[in-house]
Amino acid sequence: MNNPVKNNPWLGTPLPGTQAVGQPLTINEQACHELSIRVRDLDLWYGTNQALKSLNIDLFQKNITALIGPSGCGKSTFLRCLNRMNDLIPSVSLSGLVEMDGRDVNSSKMDEIALRRRVGMVFQKPNPFPKSIYENVAYAPRMHDLVSRKVDQDELVEQALRDAGLWEEVKDKLQAPGTSLSGGQQQRLCIARAIAVQPDVILMDEPTSALDPISTATIEDLMDRLKNQFTIITVTHNMQQAARVADYTAFFHLGEIVEYNDTRVMFSTPANKKTEDYISGRYG
Amino acid sequence: MSQTFDDISRQLGRRHRRSARLKWISMSALGLAGLFLLWFFSDMLGKGLPAFQQAYIKTTIQYSQQASQDGRKAIDQALVPLVSRTEVRGIPRLLRNQPARVGTQEFRWLLTKSEVDQYLKGHRHTLNAQEQADIQRRVDSGQIALRFNAAFFTQGDSRIAESAGLLSAVVGTVMTMIVTLSIAFPIGVMTAIYLEEFAPDNWFTQIIEININNLAAIPSILFGLLGLAIFINFFGVPRSSPLAGGMTLALMTLPIIIISTRTALRSVPDSIRHAAFGVGCSQWQVVRDHVLPLAMPGIMTGSIIGLAQAMGETAPLIIVGMVAFIPDVGASFTNAATVMPAQIFTWAGEPEKAFVEKTAGAILVLLAVLISLNAFAVVLRKKFERRW
Repeated sequence: MNNPVKNNPWLGTPLPGTQAVGQPLTINEQACHELSIRVRDLDLWYGTNQALKSLNIDLFQKNITALIGPSGCGKSTFLRCLNRMNDLIPSVSLSGLVEMDGRDVNSSKMDEIALRRRVGMVFQKPNPFPKSIYENVAYAPRMHDLVSRKVDQDELVEQALRDAGLWEEVKDKLQAPGTSLSGGQQQRLCIARAIAVQPDVILMDEPTSALDPISTATIEDLMDRLKNQFTIITVTHNMQQAARVADYTAFFHLGEIVEYNDTRVMFSTPANKKTEDYISGRYG
Repeated sequence: MSQTFDDISRQLGRRHRRSARLKWISMSALGLAGLFLLWFFSDMLGKGLPAFQQAYIKTTIQYSQQASQDGRKAIDQALVPLVSRTEVRGIPRLLRNQPARVGTQEFRWLLTKSEVDQYLKGHRHTLNAQEQADIQRRVDSGQIALRFNAAFFTQGDSRIAESAGLLSAVVGTVMTMIVTLSIAFPIGVMTAIYLEEFAPDNWFTQIIEININNLAAIPSILFGLLGLAIFINFFGVPRSSPLAGGMTLALMTLPIIIISTRTALRSVPDSIRHAAFGVGCSQWQVVRDHVLPLAMPGIMTGSIIGLAQAMGETAPLIIVGMVAFIPDVGASFTNAATVMPAQIFTWAGEPEKAFVEKTAGAILVLLAVLISLNAFAVVLRKKFERRW
């Protein structure tokens, strides 16, 4: 089988679409870059309106990949393809391959619940359940039978909240409603909720766009720490954020991936004129 | 050339006058509605409140051997024309059931005939001057007095006005509502959940939706015909029973519960559903664990309002035979029973003057129940109101 990673002369370098031109990473960086999700010829339509056009991209484990691009370019739509949240929209139809762990996630054999268990999601607007802080984190692991005893559950909740950097702030009020927290805390609670089921991948759909700058910085630090354990794919409108936190960046435009590369390379020497214009703020 | 403020003000004068006029028209419409309401309530209270009091006569009852044959022998012969027939008839029955009481005597309040009661309340009556003087003397001596009408709440319907009570109708209403709610609530809520959360949006579900909305606007008497044709004639449910009435009213309440449940489900923001799907909930888990708890206050409110509406319904019950003379409190869901509005309807048709205040009194009780149910629904909605 044609493995695009192994057959790539630059092992570990993102295999960009046909248009995008990649540049090599240093050998050191290549070592830890294992394939997480492989996307080939992904087309997606809302009714008759094509939103994604023949996307090809390799997403790497334990890295942060940022998806940037102007509004309506399909980056959020693409993100939702990775855990099949688009299933919830009746008019969506898609073709092409989204492969994770050797399996086509869109095949009829793939259970979307199993997929979402391994691919967690954090949304644009913090949306904790209107339950207690504890219950927000404990709900999903209990539902997936990851814990049975109360002690294990307590431990798991504490660990998830620690990983999300929220434990110190909420340890004394675990029974308070999740919605009583500030916006930034709520978003970290949502991250804790996502990591509590130990997924492989965390999708973040503009996780800081509804937050103030200080909360944003906290979340960015958190993302940087979490990438040691999880593959993070984040959509962002904020190019500085992409430059700060992402290892790889993909630039979307009109439903296509124009350029996909190591973030430092992309932001210093973009290969495509459109990318350059977008990054330098000429449109978007 | 630009206009001065004075020019513009002149033109605006007409517009201001028109809006002031409209404001006055709408305010007087509101005032008129309020006036009607006030009139209705004061009339009902004026007519109905006396029903909660009844004339009683205090006397000694001799439980003699003779009295066990003829109740009239137990009381002072001069009082026989004044004491209610139900009290007199009750004495032999009492002695049959409790033979030990024979030979004893008792001093207590007895219901008077409704004529005495009406005379005391200043209503129309057929007593002659001599009887009036006799009664007036006993009133002055304290032997006859208006007391709280316990019989109104502890007895069933009766042909004898002074002992006609609401209890059989209240029990009938409660049993009918139990049937209605236990049928309409689960079916209505599950239907709404399916339509709102599971069903695809296609022509079939749209037709169902249109029909449910139309169902809510169907004249209620048609539901009675349906109940008669299907439940009674086809399934053989006993006529006049709370089961038949409750099932018929359930048909009527169903669209109200479905519509209010759908509204409540729709008001739960999609972000909650996305969050739940995002952590890997199945569709049913999303509904059960996240959407339904948030929609519950709205569902309860809608159900209570539907229940209140069913409780005040008479027309379909006429057809399934629940508007009937039911003196005994119903023993089971399949025995003949009546409900409060049906009782009001029956009493309103009685020729005796004493039933007018009974009718108004029963209307007051029904209104009080309905208003407290609606108030409860409002409190529920306010208490659980949630801002996103």
